[in-house]
Amino acid sequence: MKSFTKITGIAAPMDRANVDTDMIIPKQFLKSIKRTGFGKNLFDELRYLDEGQPDQDCSGRPLNPEFPLNFPRYRNAKVLLARENFGCGSSREHAPWALDDYGFRCIIAPSFAEIFYNNCFKNGLLPIVLDADIVDRLFKEMYAQEGYELTIDLEAQTVKTPSGETFEFEIDEFRKHCLLNGLDDIGLTLEHEDAIKAYEAQRRQEAPWLFDGLR
Amino acid sequence: MSARTLYDKLWDAHLVQKRDDGSALIYIDRHIIHEVTSPQAFEGLRLAGRKPWRADSILATPDHNVPTTLKERASGVSGIQDPVSLIQVKTLDDNCDEYGITEYKINDQRQGIVHVIGPESGASLPGMTIVCGDSHTATNGALGALAHGIGTSEVEHVMATQCLVAKKMKNMLIRVDGQLRPDVTSKDVVLAIIAKIGTAGGTGYAVEFGGDVFRNMSMEGRMTVCNMAIEAGARAGMVAVDQTTIDYVEGRPYAPKGENWEKAVQAWRDLKSDDGAHFDRVVEMRGEDIKPQVSWGTSPEMVVSIDDNVPDPEAEQDAVKRESMKRALQYMGLSAGQPMRSIQLDRVFIGSCTNSRIEDIRAAAAVVRGHRKADSVKEAIVVPGSGSVKAQAEREGLDKIFIEAGIEWREPGCSMCLAMNADKLGAGEHCASTSNRNFEGRQGYGGRTHLVSPAMAAAAAIAGHFVDVREITGGQAA
Repeated sequence: MKSFTKITGIAAPMDRANVDTDMIIPKQFLKSIKRTGFGKNLFDELRYLDEGQPDQDCSGRPLNPEFPLNFPRYRNAKVLLARENFGCGSSREHAPWALDDYGFRCIIAPSFAEIFYNNCFKNGLLPIVLDADIVDRLFKEMYAQEGYELTIDLEAQTVKTPSGETFEFEIDEFRKHCLLNGLDDIGLTLEHEDAIKAYEAQRRQEAPWLFDGLR
Repeated sequence: MSARTLYDKLWDAHLVQKRDDGSALIYIDRHIIHEVTSPQAFEGLRLAGRKPWRADSILATPDHNVPTTLKERASGVSGIQDPVSLIQVKTLDDNCDEYGITEYKINDQRQGIVHVIGPESGASLPGMTIVCGDSHTATNGALGALAHGIGTSEVEHVMATQCLVAKKMKNMLIRVDGQLRPDVTSKDVVLAIIAKIGTAGGTGYAVEFGGDVFRNMSMEGRMTVCNMAIEAGARAGMVAVDQTTIDYVEGRPYAPKGENWEKAVQAWRDLKSDDGAHFDRVVEMRGEDIKPQVSWGTSPEMVVSIDDNVPDPEAEQDAVKRESMKRALQYMGLSAGQPMRSIQLDRVFIGSCTNSRIEDIRAAAAVVRGHRKADSVKEAIVVPGSGSVKAQAEREGLDKIFIEAGIEWREPGCSMCLAMNADKLGAGEHCASTSNRNFEGRQGYGGRTHLVSPAMAAAAAIAGHFVDVREITGGQAA
């Protein structure tokens, strides 16, 4: 997995609450059996004026001029500012894959839906929770200043604004460790193979029916 | 030991290893997979040279992409006309064949929606931890199991290690006591709960549904309720085991047999919250207060009773919410103050992992019997949740009731709930749908979804607009 240490990048807005994963990446693109290539269809129904199709060349599609990610000032944004309950709905990991493929490295919101929040960490994407009033201030500052950049330092657990103001955020130690070092958590879990086998042996005694194979 | 909740017990029984930061390794008993969220996980396994830890703990079926017309289903996988869907379904078949995973293939009578076939086959049992790369996995929690959705990386993790890295959630009890009105169903109950606590109300919690209403509910009804826990933000919803649970499980193909059955039942009887167990949050409602529900907006919390009008955003104090409401009204093509009954329907969908079990099909058929679909409704379809549900309904003659009423009877799959196959709404079309999400574009580009119960959807198909079920059935409950 890609590691995340410190980034500085343009912030872009997704200024609505309850942005669901259907909105992040519509279902027709879920038919892909790959992990890559979803960026061009990120927020497809908001970003384009027509209905997108899988495997389509998007370069000639009509863009929605009112959608912020289409504004030149947000080009190459790395940080997405969002509102409450971002990523709700379906468990599709295609949502973080699309955000990552588009170029985002970090999403800041007052709250996230849990499955989406989890999925981000598996893909080197950092979801940051800040108080709603702080997020609201960041939105206002971003709208007021073209080229508004945020610096995210995972080691220090801080978000720094262009004026130098710094906000701290919380993150689980284990997730931080994995993200800083780009660790594959399957490999980490398999280091505990003996513990898993010991659990199985004991459980097999207590509840043998749980080990009846599906045949 | 101090008093524990049902969730505490399930968690404790599956704890493999605890870490200092509060995260843990949790053992997974059952893994259910489908064609959309598994291909990248298998690819990951292959690239790392790994194999499934317990291939025989996995049950697979294609459901999201499969066509539902007999014409397209007649020739099996190769009959799928959408070439991209075809590849995805074939990839699942190939992966399951390669790793020796049990799969109910497309025209196997046991094929169906993942969350319908788990409980139906007995692959999902009380006391298990059950995961699937699909957010509606909480459906299985109705059995008194810890069940929740996971992402594709976690699908790979569970395949490779039989474990999940997890952090214990908080406990929430949603208690609904009293009696339901005869025309009110489990779907109305869960929609009313979501309207009350909001789409993020359950975030961070494992939710137990308790009280008279759930005790008196069938297993199918409990599954409908647990299914939509995620729509209230909770990954896992569950109901304590009682005699209803045990009667449901007994005799299912993968249920324990003989001596193991006796032993299992004894263990399952303890799958309930102890008296005095601590819940971090308790929400209480009365069954009598719940009326048939209809969603008006683009989030499952945007729900009112059939007797209500479309709400006015100007009455909302919170600015972010007000904006969401305005945008929803614009997307839905509705005006504030408009009666819900005045909404004309273009299509009706009865199906999905929320409402495609035999009880749902019976409830819809009971309303439809002796009536005809309104001419103004372009299409109404009933999509059973599995081949077994379909066969049972046909044995009861329910298919004929729909067909005689001008309503289509389809082959099992997820269908129009998320419109990954050919079943979808056109732009601007209003649909009475028994599914779980009314998000923008969910059922088709520009489509307008109204979430309702099977009985309400059936009544809407007949009237052409939303009505109280009792107006069709002449005061009788469906």
